[in-house]
Amino acid sequence: MTVESTAARKPRRSAGTKSTAGKTTARKSPSTDPELVQLLTPEGKRVKNAEYDKYVAGITPEELRGLYRDMVLTRRFDAEATSLQRQGELGLWASLLGQEAAQIGSGRATREDDYVFPTYREHGVAWCRGVDPANLLGMFRGVNNGGWDPNSNNFQLYTIVIGSQTLHATGYAMGIAKDGADSAVIAYFGDGASSQGDVAESFTFSAVYNAPVVFFCQNNQWAISEPTEKQTRVPLYQRAQGYGFPGVRVDGNDVLACLAVTKWALERARSGEGPTLVEAYTYRMGAHTTSDDPTRYRGDDERLAWEAKDPILRLRAYLEASNHADEGFFAELERESEALGKRVREAVRAMPDPDHFAIFENVYADGHALVDEERAQFAAYQASFTDVEGA
Amino acid sequence: MAAETVKNLALAKAINESLRRALDTDPKVLIMGEDVGKLGGVFRVTDGLQKDFGESRVIDTPLAESGIVGTAIGLALRGYRPVVEIQFDGFVFPAYDQIVTQLAKMHARSLGKVKLPVVVRIPYGGGIGAVEHHSESPESLFAHVAGLKVVSPSNPSDAYWMMQQAIQSDDPVIFFEPKRRYWDKAEVNTEAIPGPLHKAKVVREGSDLTLAAYGPMVKLCQEVADAAAEEGRNLEVLDLRSVSPIDFDSIQASVEKTRRLVVVHEAPVFFGSGAEIAARITERCFYHLEAPVLRVGGYHAPYPPARLEEEYLPGLDRVLDAVDRALAY
Ligand SMILES: Cc1ncc(C[n+]2csc(CCOP(=O)(O)OP(=O)(O)O)c2C)c(N)n1
Repeated sequence: MTVESTAARKPRRSAGTKSTAGKTTARKSPSTDPELVQLLTPEGKRVKNAEYDKYVAGITPEELRGLYRDMVLTRRFDAEATSLQRQGELGLWASLLGQEAAQIGSGRATREDDYVFPTYREHGVAWCRGVDPANLLGMFRGVNNGGWDPNSNNFQLYTIVIGSQTLHATGYAMGIAKDGADSAVIAYFGDGASSQGDVAESFTFSAVYNAPVVFFCQNNQWAISEPTEKQTRVPLYQRAQGYGFPGVRVDGNDVLACLAVTKWALERARSGEGPTLVEAYTYRMGAHTTSDDPTRYRGDDERLAWEAKDPILRLRAYLEASNHADEGFFAELERESEALGKRVREAVRAMPDPDHFAIFENVYADGHALVDEERAQFAAYQASFTDVEGA
Repeated sequence: MAAETVKNLALAKAINESLRRALDTDPKVLIMGEDVGKLGGVFRVTDGLQKDFGESRVIDTPLAESGIVGTAIGLALRGYRPVVEIQFDGFVFPAYDQIVTQLAKMHARSLGKVKLPVVVRIPYGGGIGAVEHHSESPESLFAHVAGLKVVSPSNPSDAYWMMQQAIQSDDPVIFFEPKRRYWDKAEVNTEAIPGPLHKAKVVREGSDLTLAAYGPMVKLCQEVADAAAEEGRNLEVLDLRSVSPIDFDSIQASVEKTRRLVVVHEAPVFFGSGAEIAARITERCFYHLEAPVLRVGGYHAPYPPARLEEEYLPGLDRVLDAVDRALAY
């Protein structure tokens, strides 16, 4: 890979004056990239891979259908959340549209005792961990700042401050190593996050302490309006080399490849070989969030090119060509999707607004005199209204 | 300059025009931040600037706040005047180290030889129904640090002129923009001669009590004064405009007249700017005060989810309540 290496070497006194930011031509097409791990082509053809085939060798048709089901239901859930936002039921939504394979492949590679540290877009991984999708919507509706117990599914709370969670993941992994346990940790982050100091520090710590952590970077090409070129001059997976651990670029729209590569990386971590960086090369098909306007910074051509690599259509083509799924399966899944959408919609609408006193709940584990005092003042103030209204 | 010197502008647009003017008049001025280029920032405050001034003056930075402020320090050392954007209040903390340990101190450490004319723009405060980390008011954390100046305009005209003055200042200025007022419109005279950056303004004359506020709470205090007027109370409203330094002379002058003071801010009351004002004004006006200085602000709790922010933020009733209490002494 020598993406833009000449441009990078040329001295540029006035940085950015002739930038190619946002131009798709500056990027190497992932389908022609020899270093991109791919097991299913965009047309749904199974291709051989000497290194990674063994991680999905025993996969059954039922498991393949399971991956397909996961992706379809996750996409359905995501679409429902997007429309709930449009209808004013949610304040904001960060869609994962296009990233289903990266999330389901990596999520299904984790073991129950592994621990996941997500950002705010990992709805598919949450699904794989058994978190009720409705619980993901509380913070987007504005009724809480989290919404689930991280320890019941080993799935941490969503992290909005970019990059922070990679350090938490590393520390957790250091703890696993100290305990002599054989589980592993996976930390999710974006291509934009790769610029944060916290991410660099997590690479350093995990390498130095040989922590059992997999860094799973979903390079969806954009950090809000900024293309990956505004974050890095080398392909992201190559960063790992400088820290002394392996980095791999996988086709992020290929669920099988994501599953295989993540399994490999998690097994490395479990067997004491330390951290791995996986760069899932994928695409954010929608807006960054529902408050973003992508027409200001990118054209439709790019999206159309990526639609041809859609992760769901790809697996469907493979399932059909290999006779692993019949009409009945797809029809049943369609019904299940509709039911999920309906359930999520009803759950959101039924979500009560939080009690006013929730402001003062759980500020401290051991309590705090000032919080008690302010709660009492707040109660008296609230009561003054009730008296007036009741009078 | 265009003939039109008085314009009706939203606060965000006023800052945009101010930045445009600074880029136009001083080739050393730079705009830096995440998404400030093509997108024009998530609030469109930098809209169109990259198009007109190019990518070397309006710089889309990597997603790294410590990097943004740290490199701005280096650029300032080299003679530039960077105006950096932190996308939201809650994301300034990765840069807090650079701001507190470096930006604030280098002038003193260099025995005055080094000047760091860096402006750090931070859209701040709540009331827009956002998710976690998008509604905070961390101004006290910066005001507590010697070497930094901290200001916050409350209206489009001040936003325009205070930005000009902040950019021209040789000191680092933390420029808190009240995001819930971004869309409020008012007249901006681009030829007016502004008052000093750190001087408070009486925005409504009154005799019974002084309401002191800055940024997003000034408009609320004006509404409170309107409501109180209906009950026959004549409140004075002071727009502090600057949190470091604070114009205590103007507060003192007002309190000597009204003898009562209520300070209103969105940030938590505990260890907040209101505490500083209460302490100093108590010292300065001990024999004038008819009531203790009261504070209205946020609670000692994390900023709550959107559906609770109305309970958390000072609103009309909570401020009126404090006014009643002060007047009851
Ligand atoms: C520290 C910090 N700075 C800025 C932001 C605002 N912000 C939210 S998402 C985002 C872009 C993130 O891009 P990337 O890491 O590529 O992840 P993606 O959203 O594309 O999945 C930015 C700048 C933030 N949340 N945290």
